[in-house]
Amino acid sequence: MDQLIQLVYLVATALFIFSLKWMSDPATARRGVFAGVGGMALAIIGTLMHPLIVGYWWIAVPLMLGALAGIPLSWVPLTAVPQRTALSHAFGGLAAGLVGTAKYFLWAEHGELTTFRMGAIALEVILGYLTCTGSLIAAGKLQEVIPTRPITYRGQNVINFTLLAFAAAVAVFLIIDPTRTLLFPVLIVLALAFGVLLVLPIGGADMPTVISLLNSYAGLAAVAMGFVMENKLLITAGALDGASGLILSIVMSKAMNRSFANVLFGAFGQVQAGPAQVEQRTAKSATAEDAAQILENASSVVIIPGYGMAVSQAQHRVHDLYEELTKRGVDVKFAIHPVAGRMPGHMNVLLAEAEIPYDRLVEMDDINPEMPRADVALVIGANDVVNPAARRDKNSPIFGMPIIDADKAKVVLAIKRSMNPGFAGIENELYFADNTLMLFGDAKNVIGEVVKSLAAGTGH
Amino acid sequence: MQFSFLDGLFVLMLASFIGLDVIRRVSRLLHTPLMSLTNAISAIAVVGAILLAGEQESRLSTMLGAIAVFASTTNIVSGFLITDRMLKMFKKRQPQGQAK
Repeated sequence: MDQLIQLVYLVATALFIFSLKWMSDPATARRGVFAGVGGMALAIIGTLMHPLIVGYWWIAVPLMLGALAGIPLSWVPLTAVPQRTALSHAFGGLAAGLVGTAKYFLWAEHGELTTFRMGAIALEVILGYLTCTGSLIAAGKLQEVIPTRPITYRGQNVINFTLLAFAAAVAVFLIIDPTRTLLFPVLIVLALAFGVLLVLPIGGADMPTVISLLNSYAGLAAVAMGFVMENKLLITAGALDGASGLILSIVMSKAMNRSFANVLFGAFGQVQAGPAQVEQRTAKSATAEDAAQILENASSVVIIPGYGMAVSQAQHRVHDLYEELTKRGVDVKFAIHPVAGRMPGHMNVLLAEAEIPYDRLVEMDDINPEMPRADVALVIGANDVVNPAARRDKNSPIFGMPIIDADKAKVVLAIKRSMNPGFAGIENELYFADNTLMLFGDAKNVIGEVVKSLAAGTGH
Repeated sequence: MQFSFLDGLFVLMLASFIGLDVIRRVSRLLHTPLMSLTNAISAIAVVGAILLAGEQESRLSTMLGAIAVFASTTNIVSGFLITDRMLKMFKKRQPQGQAK
């Protein structure tokens, strides 16, 4: 029987690898989901065949309830996908933490805690619980239940490091003497608290990196669980998830030209409070009709969306604009910055939902060489990712961050609510450039009006 | 089947290399669905949870196991469903009668 179970696990592992492999191309990606579902079904069936299982009620009922709770969670609007993702990292972390806790008390009772088992449990429990609370805070910030700005206080990093050091010390004590069962709850509390304090000081604009990092932790917690449960399937699937989170985190940090340490301990967007070089400059503004005319006469338009597009739910209007312009033979492309939005790839999903064909979505590195030839760059709710200060101003906190070269287009149209600086609190020179025209107002309304005047113009 | 720590480390190392390599090739367009897909896959924790809830060694372990089964199943179901929902939206431009 055991051989059979291991064989089933082997097939499940292969299916998981195929599942991720097929994600390399949108054309095969849906097959990837089916492979994933197949792998998971096999994993569950294989586990249910385990000879040590004595009763099925405690499995079947939560399985059904979980499925019932999971279905509505998959219906969230796509603007809320970051929150949902964070929430599911929290569930994943919780599951790992609980399994570790249960195993600890079982083995402690029977005196079966070896050094190795204790080490694996300590790792699983710390990773699991810190992922759980950290992700809950991240979800709260994304849902704006908790203020999205970085919450900081004096000595924050010292306190965080002390807490982590304490947790590590408790873990070491437990490994030396696993019978100190009173220390175990202390470890849990420390891990839970560390998760909260780790994410609280991180601002909304850094969420793509944080979510990726938490994704990686959730995977590593599953790996640790694999060592606790002595199960290779858990180790492989956890490692795949951990690798995915790691790569996404690296992509995100690179796109912001920052290190992990800087994201985690830097409290971005907080430092720039000083009223330094705030000179009075005026930006030129334009009306929706002007914009419509400029767009109509262009032969190539690059649209640069940012989180602001998601906030004002403007993506469907953007689609209308895309249709109107394409109809007139204007070449419309979308320039996607890797950190635009609140999670990796967020803009792509929103635009795909609005039925923009994905071959029109172009990555930053591929679009930048084309920018000088673009007639119009239309910036919708993006800010820091188009700020030329990142290229020029050594004193700017975003100096060195790769940006989309919107300023190189012949005309820049920027839709913005007001002249207030963006999330990171940094002035954007782009808005004061000679070739920039500002369109003030809510992105959805502004684009709606542009589309209306375009449509009205078709008559003549 | 016995399990040794070193076997586990071997598996971990190989799986990490495969993971890094496979994920690096994932289209950047699909990073959001990728994350919800790996969410669902990392809910493989359900395996450990099922064993705990099914072996019923103590009241505590059964309860914690059952909660963990619930949490992981939620991730499996919502993760796969939402990934598929998002992927369905990624469409190439329709030819609309003209040649490409």
